[in-house]
Amino acid sequence: MTNASLTFRDLTLGYNSHPAIHHLNGAIRKGSLTAVVGANGSGKSTLMKGIVGVLKPMAGEVVRAPGVRTAYLPQQSELDRSFPARVVDLVSLGLWPKRGMLGRYTAEDRAAVSKALMAVGLGGFEKRPIDTLSGGQLQRTLFARVLLQDADLILLDEPFNAVDAKTVGDLIALIKRWHGEERTIMVVVHDLDLVRQNFPETLLLARQPIAWGETRETLKPENLLRARRFHEAWEENAPWCEPDSHDHGHDDSHGHAHGHHHDHDHGPRAA
Amino acid sequence: MEALYGLFIAPFADFAFMQRALFGSLMLSLGACPIGVFLMLRRMSLSGDAMAHAILPGAAAGFLFYGLEILPMTIGGLIAGVIVALGAGAVSRFTIQREDASMAAFYLISLAIGVLMVSIRGSSVDLMHVLFGTVLALNNEALTLIGGIVAVTLVSLAIFWRALVAECLDPLFLRSVSRMGSPVHFIFLGLVVLNLVGGFQALGTLLSVGLMMLPAAAARFWTVRVEPMCALAVLIGFASCIAGLLLSYHASLPSGPAIILSAGVVYFASILFGTRGVLRARIIHHRHRTA
Repeated sequence: MTNASLTFRDLTLGYNSHPAIHHLNGAIRKGSLTAVVGANGSGKSTLMKGIVGVLKPMAGEVVRAPGVRTAYLPQQSELDRSFPARVVDLVSLGLWPKRGMLGRYTAEDRAAVSKALMAVGLGGFEKRPIDTLSGGQLQRTLFARVLLQDADLILLDEPFNAVDAKTVGDLIALIKRWHGEERTIMVVVHDLDLVRQNFPETLLLARQPIAWGETRETLKPENLLRARRFHEAWEENAPWCEPDSHDHGHDDSHGHAHGHHHDHDHGPRAA
Repeated sequence: MEALYGLFIAPFADFAFMQRALFGSLMLSLGACPIGVFLMLRRMSLSGDAMAHAILPGAAAGFLFYGLEILPMTIGGLIAGVIVALGAGAVSRFTIQREDASMAAFYLISLAIGVLMVSIRGSSVDLMHVLFGTVLALNNEALTLIGGIVAVTLVSLAIFWRALVAECLDPLFLRSVSRMGSPVHFIFLGLVVLNLVGGFQALGTLLSVGLMMLPAAAARFWTVRVEPMCALAVLIGFASCIAGLLLSYHASLPSGPAIILSAGVVYFASILFGTRGVLRARIIHHRHRTA
């Protein structure tokens, strides 16, 4: 797949030898806008961490197209809000891919920071200490940082949590702008109506993909029902997943374009 | 005028040992105070204290083999400190245990070994010297060592500043854009050890951490940005050294505690009168704007 931004090859991610993403195959097309939906514990955030490389795969691999720059907005930020920094300091971190550890910030960079803040509706907030921001303002500040990173692959993990309706609208507009700029975007979202209205493609996860493809097709009632039946808890003595017991011959090439139905049972406890 | 000169200038002008003490302690402040600011902002204030204890067995080993010689004791302290810092740092990075617990475990073991070693050979007077140091007996060797440590510290801070701030502010973000996260943490721990070792000849292993933490803790009450906070911490460090040495000279007090207590006075004053201190928040701040 030459135009794949990301390719998953038999990817298994998880914690303490329990999979949260189980034998995922497929590809994310360059320039696509994909919503990742699924119940709590269905592996959405885990997949994001796996793509960024914060979590190492237990098996398989994530292949990023060469030279792809990634921006990642985690669900549970490890941001220390008591740190004495101003909004401009936080957003300027987004210049890292461009300037690295030692490069000087130029006047052009400072203008870019102001522009990014303007784009998320926080013009004039440059000098505000970050511990005075509201939850939604902080989220928009982090969006400004993503904006500044100028990445080809943008991963947003539940970016609309605790954000008011107007701000969600603003942020969606921003995401659509990125989509228009041919950037590849994956967003973890819970609000299915929001997904139906704004995201062309959807990956429905329940530890493994229940469906993956065009949003309307993916979010069909029968798929949602199957996703809902997914069993969230680990089972301590679930049998070991043996490589032989799987059909690994997934056809990467038909990837997400068609609904990626996995009708065969996958893991020890497939839904 | 004459009296003022006698009070503030004459001790330093007339006595070479006071000049050395002043020079050494000012240099120490220059390196240690910014390090203290970052320790505090990383919520590792007590780790500095733990590291100071951890240095003891190394210094004791140097003392055991070479007597009261600065170089072996310093190198020994450095090795012990680095082992504890790396060990505790690695345990917290690669296991489920948090840094506070691993640091406590490592430094307690290290401290016990240190006390054991000093007691095998030395008398309690020697132990007192290692624990409390003496700024009034800094020789050329010690000053050169401190100078080197300060230079290394300031250069490292200049190089790794952005990574260090990012690692404090948003470590997960740093990991997503660069591989500097873990290295910068260990480099920082290395700088902590280096500055504590630099300070122990002058202030002793127990009090050298005071010059690191107290000015930083005081500076926190005055500013909301990192750069001015570091600068202010250095200034408070300078003032404490000068005040402490003068106090020690005029009142014949031990110099180390005098310096640290001077910093302590600034700390308490900052709690009360700082722009982000108690009084300002409680009393003066009753007016608010419309938006």
